[in-house]
Amino acid sequence: MPRPDAGLVVRVAVAAAVVAALPWIVPSFLVFDLIYVGAYAIAILGLVILTGMNGQISLGHGAFMALGGYVVAILAHSLGWPYWAGVLLAAVASGLAGLFIGLVALRLAGVYLALATFSLAVATPSFLKHYKSITGGFGGMSLAPVQAPPGVPLDGQHWLYYVTWAVAGALFLISALLVRGKFGRALRALRDNPIAAVSFGVNPYFYKTLAFGWSAVLAGISGGFLAIPTAFVSPDTFTSALSITLLIGAVLGGISTFWGALVGGIVIEFLPLVAQQVNAAAPSVVYGVALILVMMFLPDGIVGGVLRSIHRLRRAPPQPALDTPTPSSTTPITVSPQPRE
Amino acid sequence: MESLLQQVFSGIANGGIYACMALALVMIYQSTHHINFAQGEMAMFSTFVAWQLAQMGLPLWLAFLATVAISFGGGVLLERIVIRPVERANQLTVVIVSLGLFIAFNGLAGLFWGYIVKSFPTPFPTTPLQIGGVAFSAQDVGVIVVSVVTLGLISLFFQKTKLGLAMRAAALYPEQSRVLGIRVGWMLALGWGLAAAVGAISGIMIAPIVFLDPNMMQSVIVYAFAAAVLGGIESPIGAVVGGLVLGVVINLLGTYVDWIGNELRLAAALAIIVVVLVVRPAGLFGRVTVQRV
Repeated sequence: MPRPDAGLVVRVAVAAAVVAALPWIVPSFLVFDLIYVGAYAIAILGLVILTGMNGQISLGHGAFMALGGYVVAILAHSLGWPYWAGVLLAAVASGLAGLFIGLVALRLAGVYLALATFSLAVATPSFLKHYKSITGGFGGMSLAPVQAPPGVPLDGQHWLYYVTWAVAGALFLISALLVRGKFGRALRALRDNPIAAVSFGVNPYFYKTLAFGWSAVLAGISGGFLAIPTAFVSPDTFTSALSITLLIGAVLGGISTFWGALVGGIVIEFLPLVAQQVNAAAPSVVYGVALILVMMFLPDGIVGGVLRSIHRLRRAPPQPALDTPTPSSTTPITVSPQPRE
Repeated sequence: MESLLQQVFSGIANGGIYACMALALVMIYQSTHHINFAQGEMAMFSTFVAWQLAQMGLPLWLAFLATVAISFGGGVLLERIVIRPVERANQLTVVIVSLGLFIAFNGLAGLFWGYIVKSFPTPFPTTPLQIGGVAFSAQDVGVIVVSVVTLGLISLFFQKTKLGLAMRAAALYPEQSRVLGIRVGWMLALGWGLAAAVGAISGIMIAPIVFLDPNMMQSVIVYAFAAAVLGGIESPIGAVVGGLVLGVVINLLGTYVDWIGNELRLAAALAIIVVVLVVRPAGLFGRVTVQRV
């Protein structure tokens, strides 16, 4: 396993310091948005691993967020469980669901998977409305607002902010450790050249299902952390638009790196607000057109574009785009792992 | 028995609409191997255009024809302006671009016409038709006739005209077609135009039933996905048969199976998609392609 390079440690430390300081710098209404950024970043991280590293396109991760959010809400609302226990169980439940759907996804190549998961996203609200006795149907369920534990000198909002970001940080770290070694190599190999990967002994069923399961765990936890600050869940919280937005965030941020998940979280929380500023009458027109333009001119997303210009400034050859296999990626098992940016 | 017949019949009518939508998806998939996730939203937008033309005093059938023509032109333009620049990009990029179109069209419709649900005038008589002692809704009969005519014309176009032949050639063998002087890029654009026109027809046909609002096509597109997958996403005939079967099955499930009812119809379509893709990914009419992995 390669040692993390010093530059990465510095960047992570700076990011952590910024996250720790932000709620005291920005106006307090923004703290709320920043909690959502953390929650979204967790879910998008799952897509960076699943879609970016493994090439499985999911337009249905909102369904796992719904599962996670509803597990937290039902346990807290109907059974009075504490939120932390709910989030743990949400992770388990959505992980199991993810493993199951991952098994189905093994049979669905490329765009078929996108199509099936898109349908899952569209059907999710109707499931939630149908099983009224458990989910509260149309009206949803309300939750108690979060209070800081006694002895912690923070208000509920700041406490929730730090908990969300601490969990996000932990999950980023666990994911980074997970994909650094054999697991990450196998995922990338299966994406770039499945035939070569399999003939080198990479078990596609095992790794692809596992990637789906882990991304679903992340989405489930994210759903919990979306439900808690809102203090409310309803079928309208987890629409098909949410699933689409997650993938958009991943791609706009930059689906080839973990930093892209962070940027993606920021983008999907704030881009609609920016679009609102640009044209108050039709924010989603601005949003959609912006998306198309970014795809045309920055296909690697924001982080990819930034990396590219840094490399150009340093007169190094630009980073290869996500789906152009480099010569080394045709023999993925024998290459030493690339340092992650 | 009579009500079963009626349910089957209105299932066929819905199925005709799904078949048109599925055919639009298949036409684009065949030539580019991309799924246009915005197909439903484009159809919704076309339907609003028809509504607007009718509001401005055009007779309904004229508005209908004008909308189909406008949609055709719009589809060609979209391919030229939006899709062509990303034609050679990876699959994910094209998926995201079509989602961008999805969001933009949804927003545009909201901007121009608002999100309040509108009723859409039906071009068919409202009195039921008596056939053999069973009453069928004229709406259903009309929808079936329009779908059959549409699908027939499309099939004639592809089978009997030189342009249709060129389009099929461009879809199947782009390199060789180019050598023969077929302008492959323009054939793709024509495919987008046709898909948009067929989509517009299905939008206008379903609008009197589901009413007109910017989100009207979101469940229809899932049914169309299911129909296309069921029939085999590379097969136009499959799309038509898949649409009809799906329309009937979903209607019967929704009516006669209590726990599915109205709300879980979408879930039933999802189940059909997943089961078909897992059991027989090529669908009923698709060719099984062998891939070494």
